[in-house]
Amino acid sequence: MLKDHAKLMQAIAASGEIIGRKKLQKMIYIAKKVTFPFQERFQFHFYGPYSEELTLRVEELCNMGFLDELKEKKGGYYQYRYTLTESGKEFLSLNEVEMPYLEECLNSMNGQNARFLELVSTVLYFDNLEKDEVIEKVFTLKKKQNYTMDEIIQAYQYIEELQAKIRQN
Amino acid sequence: MHYSEQKLTEEKVFKDPVHRYVHVRDQVIWDLIGTKEFQRLRRIKQLGTTFLTFHGAEHSRFNHSLGVYEIIRRIVDDVFHDRPKWNKEDRLLSLCAGLLHDLGHGPFSHSFEKVFDLDHEHFTQEIILGNTEVNAVLTKVHPDFPKRVAEVIGKTSANKIVISLISSQIDADRMDYLQRDAYFTGVSYGQFDMERILRVMRPHEDQVMIKQTGMHAVEDYIMSRYQMYWQVYFHPVTRSAEVILTKILHRVKELYQKGYRFKQEPAHFTAFFENTLTLEDYLKLDESILFYYFQVWQDEADEILSDLCLRFVNRNLFKYVEFDPAKEYKKLAELSALFEKAGINPDYYLVVDSSSDLPYDFYRPGEEEERLPIHLLMKSGEIRELSRESEIVDAISGKRRTDHKLYFPEDILKDDKTKKNIKKQIRTLLDMRS
Repeated sequence: MLKDHAKLMQAIAASGEIIGRKKLQKMIYIAKKVTFPFQERFQFHFYGPYSEELTLRVEELCNMGFLDELKEKKGGYYQYRYTLTESGKEFLSLNEVEMPYLEECLNSMNGQNARFLELVSTVLYFDNLEKDEVIEKVFTLKKKQNYTMDEIIQAYQYIEELQAKIRQN
Repeated sequence: MHYSEQKLTEEKVFKDPVHRYVHVRDQVIWDLIGTKEFQRLRRIKQLGTTFLTFHGAEHSRFNHSLGVYEIIRRIVDDVFHDRPKWNKEDRLLSLCAGLLHDLGHGPFSHSFEKVFDLDHEHFTQEIILGNTEVNAVLTKVHPDFPKRVAEVIGKTSANKIVISLISSQIDADRMDYLQRDAYFTGVSYGQFDMERILRVMRPHEDQVMIKQTGMHAVEDYIMSRYQMYWQVYFHPVTRSAEVILTKILHRVKELYQKGYRFKQEPAHFTAFFENTLTLEDYLKLDESILFYYFQVWQDEADEILSDLCLRFVNRNLFKYVEFDPAKEYKKLAELSALFEKAGINPDYYLVVDSSSDLPYDFYRPGEEEERLPIHLLMKSGEIRELSRESEIVDAISGKRRTDHKLYFPEDILKDDKTKKNIKKQIRTLLDMRS
């Protein structure tokens, strides 16, 4: 019951705080792609992998009072901060989901910026393609982001690091 | 003349209750409609289990796909044709992508995909790129053409304008299904002035935009969408049928994995259970096959499978109460324990269904670059997001409305022949009148 909600709460609890909806989307997508059993379905959208189910589930968690969403103005746009509330923590203590090493991976992702996570998630989205095709996809589909070759190499290295963390454990 | 430009000697028309006629002049489109993979869509209902609530909702993905094609045909032939930012060479690409966008849907795909961890978008890609009749037609246009169509449908093409015709917050897909679903369910909510919207659509750099003068027609469309979600798509009775269907599939999967001996071997499902699924296996499955199994599984020795199939086929659905997870999750644990005591398996007979479990979306103004919003093209040339200009859209797009229901079999709980006292406790907790 409400297992998929509990998994998301666990992800946010493990991260302490997640700043930005975009970052949250990309973190869950990357976690799902590397191994963790999140059920939300992602599709490629204008800004990379995006899950409407995830957005709705986060809204439900906020409505339930399990998740705190703080809206703050940052420059010309709004940004949202997500943390677990006390009742959320209580719910989670009774409905914990076993996801070993999730905390380590999410903390690592949380330390990256949303721009880099957008690149990592895009690279992962095209993991069925050859590397040179992936690079071409990044340059054509993410033209406005102006990613450099160095950043793409870093994204690949980062994915390997995440996968190694999971393998080692 | 090259195949991509060949026209039929006479225009073919399909009579259509929503668009009056669907017009086909292109040989490629006519050939695609005739492929077995496209014809299969006749055997898959557009709205899954909704027919158990709104009896008219028997229309198929075939109807809808033709409708999407027709809307795109009108846009590219009548509205965009001579526009400066429209590339006429994208015409056939747009028509094919519109026609084929739902090709990978399976029977009752929402439940099916959830249980077997599948994605119809993946199968759409496989049908277009694999060894299929659809692929053969597209390849005749150009060897690279199937890939281009697949990338538009998968939203990974560099051609953002064509993507936004088929998949954006105001696209041909949504415009067709809102009107078609309203027509077949018989409700009056899904009406909006599509002709007006089509006339004010403009290709603009990476996205199709709406001329400012068309804002009120778009408001109407957003309102229709909102109403259809709550009145039709999220209807609690449909969700009850969906819950039972999902549980049937879960049960049959569980039984197979435990080595249960079926009276009628579920041959069509074996590849799904064993993770050896091929495209051929997938394409063999349609609603008539599923209904056949639901019929024969009623005679299975497993009481849960038999009962759930009887319920689905005979529309003896679960009842529901509103459920507030924040206040009632402890009660849910208590109920679950009581169900166990009463000998009613809570995994199958006590189910929370949330609005996030449903595959529909609302208009989102695209904060923090989540989804591309609807943009208005102002007279000054400025571009403005819709909800910043429209108070009506702003009023419904900023408000979160979520919904959870708790489903259970009322008839079993009211049957006091066994475990009378426990069932009474359950009824009290569920606030059921005894």
